[in-house]
Amino acid sequence: MAETAHGHVGSTGISNVKLGMWAFLGSECLLFGGLISTYMLYRGRVTGGPRPSQIFDIPFTSVSSFVLLMSSLTMVLAVSAAHKDDDRKTNLWLTVTALLGATFVGGQVYEFTAFYKEGLGFSTSLFGSSFYTLTGFHGVHVTVGIIMLMSLVGILKRSSVPGKKAEVVEMVGLYWHFVDIVWIIIFTLVYLIPV
Amino acid sequence: MAIIERPTPVAPVVVTPTETYGLLKRPVSSTGWRSWVFTVDHKKLGIMYAVTAMFFFIVGGIEALLIRLQLAAPNGKVLNADLYNQMFTMHATTMVFLFVMPMAAGFANYFVPLQIGARDVAFPRLNAFGFWALLFGGIFLNLAWFLGGAADGGWFMYAPNSGPVFSPSNGVDFWALGLQIAGIASLTGAINLIITVLNMRAPGMSLMKMPIFTWMITVVQFLLLFAVPVITVALFLLSFQRNFGARFFDVAAGADPLLWQHLFWIFGHPEVYILILPSFGIISEVLPVFSRKPLFGYPFVVFSGAAIGFVGWGVWAHHMFASGLGPVSVAVFSVATMAIAVPTGVKIINWTLTMWGGKLWFTTAMKFAIGLIVLFTVGGLSGVTHSIAPSDTQQTDTYYIVAHFHYVLFGGAVLGIFSGFYYWWPKVFGKMLNEKLGSWNFWLMIIGLNLTFGPMHILGLQGQPRRMYQWTEARAGEGFFNLAFWNLVASIGSFILTIGILFFLINVWVTSRNPQKAPLDPWNARSLEWMTSNPPKEHNFDVIPTVHHLDEFFHRKYEEDEATHTMKQITTAEELIAEQERNADKHIHMPSPSYWPIVLAFGLPVITFGLIYSYLIAVVGGVIVLFAAYGWSLESSTAPESDFENPNSSTELVKHG
Repeated sequence: MAETAHGHVGSTGISNVKLGMWAFLGSECLLFGGLISTYMLYRGRVTGGPRPSQIFDIPFTSVSSFVLLMSSLTMVLAVSAAHKDDDRKTNLWLTVTALLGATFVGGQVYEFTAFYKEGLGFSTSLFGSSFYTLTGFHGVHVTVGIIMLMSLVGILKRSSVPGKKAEVVEMVGLYWHFVDIVWIIIFTLVYLIPV
Repeated sequence: MAIIERPTPVAPVVVTPTETYGLLKRPVSSTGWRSWVFTVDHKKLGIMYAVTAMFFFIVGGIEALLIRLQLAAPNGKVLNADLYNQMFTMHATTMVFLFVMPMAAGFANYFVPLQIGARDVAFPRLNAFGFWALLFGGIFLNLAWFLGGAADGGWFMYAPNSGPVFSPSNGVDFWALGLQIAGIASLTGAINLIITVLNMRAPGMSLMKMPIFTWMITVVQFLLLFAVPVITVALFLLSFQRNFGARFFDVAAGADPLLWQHLFWIFGHPEVYILILPSFGIISEVLPVFSRKPLFGYPFVVFSGAAIGFVGWGVWAHHMFASGLGPVSVAVFSVATMAIAVPTGVKIINWTLTMWGGKLWFTTAMKFAIGLIVLFTVGGLSGVTHSIAPSDTQQTDTYYIVAHFHYVLFGGAVLGIFSGFYYWWPKVFGKMLNEKLGSWNFWLMIIGLNLTFGPMHILGLQGQPRRMYQWTEARAGEGFFNLAFWNLVASIGSFILTIGILFFLINVWVTSRNPQKAPLDPWNARSLEWMTSNPPKEHNFDVIPTVHHLDEFFHRKYEEDEATHTMKQITTAEELIAEQERNADKHIHMPSPSYWPIVLAFGLPVITFGLIYSYLIAVVGGVIVLFAAYGWSLESSTAPESDFENPNSSTELVKHG
């Protein structure tokens, strides 16, 4: 019991850092819950601006969603390599995950630009405000994930990770999978279900 | 068991940092102001939380007195309408977010690790970060007073009144962003304490052997974990509307202002249980100790606390009965509101039966605990009247509501906190608070608060609305129920209440100058935090105790006499602690102090300040946050073994960070 924080396995048998990440993700569910509720309330209120069906490019977003979901697979491979203490492969898969995530964010930036040109600004309508806020928050979460992944690659190279490496990789992995799962919900509710 | 030579008291060892993290080396000082500013010790942070909360209690109290001065007589001239709006908004915001919540966090930080037999919390640096974020958030909130006026929309800041049209000053921006920072502090604190309780209990301490205070704090942390993100969303929507032109509450664009009310109260109703449950926990510790009996029905108190935590999520719309929700919603939320009175009633019965037949010892702590039972029940009963929607519609936005929530919050939460002060003062500071001054403190507060908030029931039922900056003689009415008389009584009461609280501050000052040390176990207490020295050592326990009973400390002191079936004392606290010292663990590795928590927390108000005034400043804040985050994650929470090597003593026993 004397050792604290990283790598410590306590009464539950799960380490503090991992359990802490689970608790944080529980909290994040309510954050996205609030944002999604706001969007669902306002998605039909366009006041003269474009309607969702007029601007959404479902095939394009499907492809970028697929890219994001594939990044969960590469994240699993990174965690698995970390558990085997294979630094080279861990670095490789973490980098690939980050690149796939960056592709998704790139797609989102392109999409936002296209929507803006088609007349949907942040202040155009309630639909615009709530759409950009919801998907923007998700995009920021992916971006933070990418920063964590790239930092992890840098730290692993210097091999100065405080605590167990696999533990830290797994913790970032939990976050990454969560962000992906949230996107499945957002993609379904925002893009696939017509207003 | 091997016999270990009794360790001699060890002077704090200076740690020599070998590695640089980011640009900074680990702080090394274990004395002076640095030992507080860079500390990660849960006990020091607990005290810092409590001092901060006390400061904001005084600030919020002065705001309350100004409000009562304004309302003492017709056509009050103390404040103008605008300043009055700011005053009641900031009074509520300060008391809720900057006094009761941090005070509960202070108690939780200090006592949860001690009660579960741990040496620190799960994430010591996150703990420090939470405190600094709260402090900076609180200061940021109050900066608005000096920069064009504070927030003025009431503490629940209803839309569209909170929009730039009706609240043109930056007050609401400071309010929204300051609460975001305080929210981050609450969230990190919640995660930290949940993991601490789940993962760091002493061997043998199952969940149903946990002290009841720790249980209530755990329920509160789960409420915070899930409630804080909801207000985070609401505050983001508000900030985006005010600063970036979003339309969320813009009725002209077809917006639904009720969205804000729902989001706010989905947070706001769990929030009231966040405020009251820590005090329930405190008095559930105090009542058994001063009744010389175990808590009556421990599992019922635990599960009713958890039940409050669950049902607390299903009653939020009773704050919105007047908004036209429709009959079905109103009926559902009425019934849920009546239902939540049940677990609370269970608790009241348990406390009463704990005292029943006990050998009552009327210390100040006990008096405050009994005060809570009585006055919280008064507030609880007026609360149940709100569940009757037609009656509530009549009372909405009147002083009746103000009377209700001051009875539950002052008569409940605040009295519980004061009970905790008197009960745990000898544990934290090694000195007993003066009981005679305590008696003055108690009685003046009780008289003052009943005189202040009792008449508000009458004022409200007579129709005096909340948030009106003046009332006029012409509309005061006549006879026993006239507004003029009861407003004056309430104002006089608020000053008696203030004198009562001054007695507490005087008591603290007198006690600090009193050289007499408190005995180790002055109250003959029951739970593990008392099985440490006064104040506890930096590492809390020389030996991590193995737990066999609920009320472990009591069961170590007392044994059942087989013949008479009574409990008889077999040992004293002094002997138990001396035995611990004899068997002290040889290597105790405590987490080391760090610069990063305060640096990271400082970045947050810089960002929010920049969002209001200049994005350039926000970028600077962002760089600070990023820089601190990297320094933090590269630094391990405990200094490496080599740092502790001290050439002068090879047999180091306790390693201080």
